[in-house]
Amino acid sequence: MNIVENFDLYAPKLTDRKEYFSPGHRACQGCGEALGIRLMCKALGKDTIIVNATGCMEVVSSMYPTTAWELPWIHVAFPNSASVGAGVEAALKVLRRKGKIADRDVKTVCIGGDGGTFDIGLQALSGTMERGHDLLYVCFDNEAYMNTGIQRSGATPFGASTTTNPAGSASIGKNQWKKNVAEIMVAHNVPYIATACPSYPVDFMNKVKKAREFKGPSFIHCMSVCPTGWRIPSAECIKMGRLAVESGVFPLYEVENGRYRFTYRPEPLRPVEQYIKKQGRFRHLTPETIESVQKRVNLEYKKLVDRVDGLHSWDELELAD
Amino acid sequence: MSKRIGMEIALAAAEAVALCRPEVIAAYPITPNTHIPEHLSDIVADGRLDAEFICVESEHTALSACCGASGTGARAFTATSSQGLAYMTEIIPIASAMRLPIVMIIGNRALSGPINIWNDQSDVMYQRDAGWISMFANNGQEVIDMSIQSFKIAEHRDVMLPVNLNLDGFQLTHVVEPMEMPDQAEVDAFLPSFKPLATLHPDKVVSMGTLGLPDIFNEAMEAKDEVLKNSRKVILDVWKEWKQKFGRTYEPIESCKMKGAEIALVSMGSMGETAEVAVDELRKQGVPVGLLKLRLWRPFPFKDLKKAVKGVKVLVVLDRAVSFGGPGGPAFSEVRSALYNEPDKPFVMNEIIGLGGRDVRVEDFVKIVEKAQKALKTKPKDDYEIYGVRGS
Repeated sequence: MNIVENFDLYAPKLTDRKEYFSPGHRACQGCGEALGIRLMCKALGKDTIIVNATGCMEVVSSMYPTTAWELPWIHVAFPNSASVGAGVEAALKVLRRKGKIADRDVKTVCIGGDGGTFDIGLQALSGTMERGHDLLYVCFDNEAYMNTGIQRSGATPFGASTTTNPAGSASIGKNQWKKNVAEIMVAHNVPYIATACPSYPVDFMNKVKKAREFKGPSFIHCMSVCPTGWRIPSAECIKMGRLAVESGVFPLYEVENGRYRFTYRPEPLRPVEQYIKKQGRFRHLTPETIESVQKRVNLEYKKLVDRVDGLHSWDELELAD
Repeated sequence: MSKRIGMEIALAAAEAVALCRPEVIAAYPITPNTHIPEHLSDIVADGRLDAEFICVESEHTALSACCGASGTGARAFTATSSQGLAYMTEIIPIASAMRLPIVMIIGNRALSGPINIWNDQSDVMYQRDAGWISMFANNGQEVIDMSIQSFKIAEHRDVMLPVNLNLDGFQLTHVVEPMEMPDQAEVDAFLPSFKPLATLHPDKVVSMGTLGLPDIFNEAMEAKDEVLKNSRKVILDVWKEWKQKFGRTYEPIESCKMKGAEIALVSMGSMGETAEVAVDELRKQGVPVGLLKLRLWRPFPFKDLKKAVKGVKVLVVLDRAVSFGGPGGPAFSEVRSALYNEPDKPFVMNEIIGLGGRDVRVEDFVKIVEKAQKALKTKPKDDYEIYGVRGS
C-alpha cells in the first residue's frame, strides 16, 4: 500500500493536525527550511517558545502586522538566538519557581540558519550549550547566507559557487570543507545531538520529540534544501535532501550521551556525483574535482562510522560508579 | 527602616538592586562595574535573592539574555562598562524598540583606544541615540536611590523602556561612602512586582520583534520618540514619591548656588561633587558662580535647562567625552542647541575634562571659572578645549 495514496488515513496518526507555522508566509516555493519549521512545530506542540535568529525564516514569517507563528515567538537579532533563548529559559525557570506562571514544562526552542549558527552566532551557541540551559537549538542549514542573496558561510560546501566566492577561471568557488557543527556540539558535551532533513519527516520529528524530552541542552542540525540558492527547480527540494543523505554527504545520525547511532543508513551509498550534478551551484565542477569531493565524503563518512562503532561513551562513567 | 551603612558604592548598588528582587541577572566581567554583578552573585549564592544569575560568555549575550528574560516577563538586570557596553551596541536600540524594561548600571569608563580602564563618560555617550532612559548619579546615596527608582520608571505602563543608570567608574564604583540603605519592606512598598503587558507564554501567543517595512517604520520611530519624551512625567512622579517616602529630592537638573549666578558650570556625574566644593569656595570670594548638575540625560530636560540658566551670562559645560571632529563634547552640543533659539541665552562654552581617569580637582574648576570670567568680557575663539592637555 502506498502511504501517499492513503495520506488522509495515515497522516493524522503520524503527527498533529494543528498547524503552528501558518500558510501565507513569504518563503520561496519549495523552501526546505519552511517545511522543516512546520514539521518541527508539529513535533514540539503547544507548550513551546520559539526564539528566532534574524534570517530568511524571521523575514518571511513576521512581516508586521502579520505573523505566521501560532507559538509564542521572539526575534531580537542575528547572532543571538541562543542568548535570547538562555534568557527565556532562565525566566521560565524562575517565574515557575516563584509561582508567577503555570507550573508546567514549556520548552524554549532556538532556531537559526547556518550563518546565525556556524558563523556569527557560534559564540552565543557555545556559551548557551556550555552553561547547560534546558533548551533545544535547531539549525536550519541551507549552506549559505540565502536571505541576503546567497553569500558564502562556514556551512557552504566545498566547490559551491556563491555570490561572495563565485566560481571563475581562477576560482572553483568555495575552496574549504564545510564546518562540522554537530561535532562542535559533541565537543560541548551536549546530551542530545542529531542531524536531520525534512526529506525524512518522521525521522526529523522523532528527533525533535526526543530532544524536547531531554533535560538540558540539545541540538539538531537540519539540512534545509534551498532551491533558490542551490540553483535547482523548486519541485526538487525533497529529492535533493534525499540525495544528500543517500550519497553520504549529509548522514542522518544522533549522539545520545556521547553514543553515536545512525538513524538511517543507506547501503550502498549513491555516488556523490548524482547529488552534485543536479545543482547549479556546482555546475562548474570538473569530473576531477567531483572525484576529489567523493574521496573526502568517503573519508568523512568513514570517520563517522568509526564513531558509531566506537566503544566509548558516557555510559562508562555510570559503570565506573 | 533605612539603615545607615558604610560600604563600597558598587556593593551598595548590588544590595539596592537585590532589594528590587530582579529575577534574571546576566552579566559579564569588565572593570570597573564588576563588583556589582559579583556581589549580586554572592547574594544569589547565599539564598538572599531568588533569581537566575546567568554567567554569560559576552556582554552581547548579557543584554540578549535580558531581552529574552524581560520578554518572558521576568525583571531583568545587567551591568557593564566601556567595551562591554560597546559590545552590546547591536542590541541596545532593539531593547528599547521592543519596549523591554531592562535596568542596566553602567560603571562609566573610557572607550578604547588606547585601552584604558579608568573613568570618563565616552561609553554611554556612544549609546546616546538608542532610545533608553539615561540618568547620572553623583554619589553613593544617589546610586542606591536611583537603582531602585530605575525599575519603577522602566516598568511603568506608560514607559516600558530600558533604563541605564550611570555612575563613574572608580570615582564612584570603588569608593566607600556613608549611605542610607532602605529596607526590604520599604522597597517592596515602593516597587510593586513587574506586571508586563505581554509575555512569551503559550497561554497567550504573541510574536515579538517582527519585521517592520518602510510603510510602518516612520511610525514606529515616532512612537519610540514619543514614549521616551513622555517618560519625563513618570520620572518626575517617581521622584516625587521618592521624596515623600525617603525624604531625598531628585530633579532632572539640580541647581547649586544659582541665585544671582552670572557664570554657571554644567556637570554630569561624580565631578559635580568636586565642582560644588569649588563653587562654594568661589562664592565665599564673591565670584557670582553657580552649578547645574545634569542628572537626566534622556529624555533631555529642555524645560528645566532653559529655566535654570535664566540670568546666566556664561555657561560652561563640562564634558567627560569627546565628539571627535564635531562641535565639542556631547553634553555641550546638546545644551547649546537646546538654548539656541532662546531670546535671552548665555554664552555657552565647553571644557572637556577628566578623560580616561585624569584627575579632576577643585583647582581645575577654579581655573575654568577664571576662563569664564574672561569670557564675560571677551568671547573665546574656540568652541571647546580639552582641558589640561600637557604641552598646550
